[in-house]
Amino acid sequence: MYDSGKIIPGLIIFVLFITIPIWYNRGAAGSVPKPVLPKDAKTCVLPAAEIRAEHMKLLNTWRDEVLRTGDRGTFEIEGKPYQKSLMMTCMKCHTSKKQFCDTCHVYASVKPYCWDCHIAPVE
Amino acid sequence: MKYAFPLAAVIALVLIALIAVQIPGMQYLFGVAIPYLAMALFLGGFCYRVIHWAKSPVPFKIPTTCGQGYSLPWIKHNKLEAPVNASQVVARLFLEIFLFRSLWRNTKATVYDGPKLTYESSKWLWLFGIMFHYSFLVVVVRHMRLFLDPVPWVVSFLETGDSLLQIGAPTMYTTDVTIILALLFLFGRRLMNPQVRYISLVNDYFPLFLILGIVTTGILMRFFLRTNVDINAIKQLAVGLATFSPTIVADISSLFYVHLFLVCTLLAYFPFSKLMHMGGVFLSPTRNLANDSRMKRYINPWNPDIRPHSYAGYEDEFREDMIEQGIPVEKELPPKAND
Repeated sequence: MYDSGKIIPGLIIFVLFITIPIWYNRGAAGSVPKPVLPKDAKTCVLPAAEIRAEHMKLLNTWRDEVLRTGDRGTFEIEGKPYQKSLMMTCMKCHTSKKQFCDTCHVYASVKPYCWDCHIAPVE
Repeated sequence: MKYAFPLAAVIALVLIALIAVQIPGMQYLFGVAIPYLAMALFLGGFCYRVIHWAKSPVPFKIPTTCGQGYSLPWIKHNKLEAPVNASQVVARLFLEIFLFRSLWRNTKATVYDGPKLTYESSKWLWLFGIMFHYSFLVVVVRHMRLFLDPVPWVVSFLETGDSLLQIGAPTMYTTDVTIILALLFLFGRRLMNPQVRYISLVNDYFPLFLILGIVTTGILMRFFLRTNVDINAIKQLAVGLATFSPTIVADISSLFYVHLFLVCTLLAYFPFSKLMHMGGVFLSPTRNLANDSRMKRYINPWNPDIRPHSYAGYEDEFREDMIEQGIPVEKELPPKAND
């Protein structure tokens, strides 16, 4: 083998670089997020699987309808009217941002810009 | 039609993953066993290839020089194009690796009536090439948010920058757009340009289709077919893989397994393909050798060890035979002791 003095260190750097996830986590699988669900409410505005996958799209639609087209109409679930609002509808049941929103968002490094305009509840 | 076979191969890979994960228990194969195997093949194969290359001697000093070499003090030396020492070579390699300098020199040849041959600068390949590579790098670094817990600031910073345009929810990534554009250009170039089309082979099209498949499934998962793409379950699996305790906690969408299977294919295919230019760029003798053949003697490493053999030494070795054959010698045999 020629130039092993340069090639072997280069390969070691490459392997260390690729295996960053192994030595960064140091074998600890980390804590899994456990969002605290509201105790009194049983149903959300959409079925659980759907709201989990689509909540950001729904919030965006609400924002566009309410703020950009000025349509502040309500929608009904099981006979009860709800507003298209993050603070008045979502946060009414999911009262804690830290114990609900942030648990998953921090774990998956998602930074929604809701709180650029909305004031987060003081916790 | 050389693109038909690789296209069929990528479609087959997608279908294999799509159908196989419907079978209970196969999630473990596609989510855990294949990723480990692919990663082992990638790292092992990469090191094997590089060491294999390092075993091949470079018989001559063959740097490519595109500028004035070092000579008399009043002739301006082009340090980047004809480097003479290690630091100049490092500078040239750095610009080559980070800015693709040799692609910047790409030209387009056209034959007009006459016949008249013209060459003109063509920077499109450079532009879309560098766009593809940097987009891919950002995409890979961004994915580290799924492998690292807690997520380091570099990764989240890069992600914030990438989604800075705040289009839609989840926010669109700029690199998703640029990587698709670049891949389509690189593929289109192989179709449209007759010369490039002529020399394009199956192994040129396959990685393009494979990466296009990876990008497409990734974009579909993030923006369009979000059902059961449970990001927390996926991160638990990814961190589990990195800590050698993988678990599949939820029923993850089969689209995720298709994405993962295509990535595994890419990793496993990497060391055995032209994609090894990732390591090869460091080892290309035309780039990493200094243009100093007039200052330092370069010795071919495979030269046999030939000792000088003078005539006097030759005669010493064969004197008896030479006298016996009647060949004249410069020095006679010593007189025998008992004469």
